[in-house]
Amino acid sequence: MTMFTAAALAVLVSLGLALVRVIKGPTIFDRVIAGNSVGTLSVLLLAVIGYVFGRPEFIDLAITYALLNVIGTIAVLKFFRYGDLGAGEDEAGS
Amino acid sequence: MGQVISLAIVLLVFWLTLSGIYTTFLITAGVISAVVISALAHRMDVADQEGHPIHLGLSAITYWPWLVWQIIRSALNVTRLIINPNLPISPTLTRVRMTQKTDVARVTYANSITLTPGTISVDIEGDEILVHAITSDNATDLEAGEMDRRCTQFEGSA
Amino acid sequence: MDAFIYILSWALLAGGGFFCVVGALGLLRMPDAFTRLHAASVIDTLGVGMIIAGLMVQSGLTLTTARLGIILLLVFFTSPVASHAIARSMRHRNVKPVLSEDRTGEGS
Repeated sequence: MTMFTAAALAVLVSLGLALVRVIKGPTIFDRVIAGNSVGTLSVLLLAVIGYVFGRPEFIDLAITYALLNVIGTIAVLKFFRYGDLGAGEDEAGS
Repeated sequence: MGQVISLAIVLLVFWLTLSGIYTTFLITAGVISAVVISALAHRMDVADQEGHPIHLGLSAITYWPWLVWQIIRSALNVTRLIINPNLPISPTLTRVRMTQKTDVARVTYANSITLTPGTISVDIEGDEILVHAITSDNATDLEAGEMDRRCTQFEGSA
Repeated sequence: MDAFIYILSWALLAGGGFFCVVGALGLLRMPDAFTRLHAASVIDTLGVGMIIAGLMVQSGLTLTTARLGIILLLVFFTSPVASHAIARSMRHRNVKPVLSEDRTGEGS
């Protein structure tokens, strides 16, 4: 077993554990936290998989995922708080 | 103006890093994109000291290694808590005062608190940050103000 | 020298994998949402940092290392923003954290 396979397996196990938390909840915030971790872990998995298969282009995909992950989390939170993604600055500020 | 030029250079380096194919056409396209985006950022007034703080570059060299060391230390601490079968956590909510003046340094301080496992900045109220710490020791460490002092230094030495 | 690089990247990758599993385990074991955020930040810092560092050691001074560096910087700059957004939105929704000590003096 190469070191990349070992790292990929560890990341996969963590993904499984995080998914259990996504399913169990109990509140929406637990799901968002676990979902954010799933996003981070999938960035790692993509980067490691690129080395497992010897195709470094996967790292470009990982960069895209890293960019989308934080936007996704904040979009979910904003939607949950205002019920609308277009809520303005004056409402959002507090 | 210094910020706009440095922004263009950073964007060009980012383009070249992601591209990896160096033909005349692609490099020219990268230069044009970097210049156009910097000009747009200049018109939108976002390439200022707050949006692109190059004046903090030198103090970052001394601050970031210290921050990385703190992150490693407290991450090991949280790891010990998690793998301990008794889960010996004592969640604490506290307020810490921040002495930074500019927004950039305040964001740096609040983000450093959050990035360090074991402490999370929950809210900012005036000059104080509401912090959730996983053990009371973590809260006491933060209240001692070492990180606050370093962040003020990070801002001041620029 | 090759053996040194081999051992170093093995150690970094194994350590990173360990911290990922520990962080995910913390997500399951912690009692409430605020404490789960702390466990998640172990993944975001040491897990990501060590695995990416291991891959960087493995690929040496190439463009791939620079791209991995971009991922590292992105995760390090965005993960506290996401954590803070979650914590703040929990506070504004009046989610009460399970506390053993409250030093804010407002009572929970």
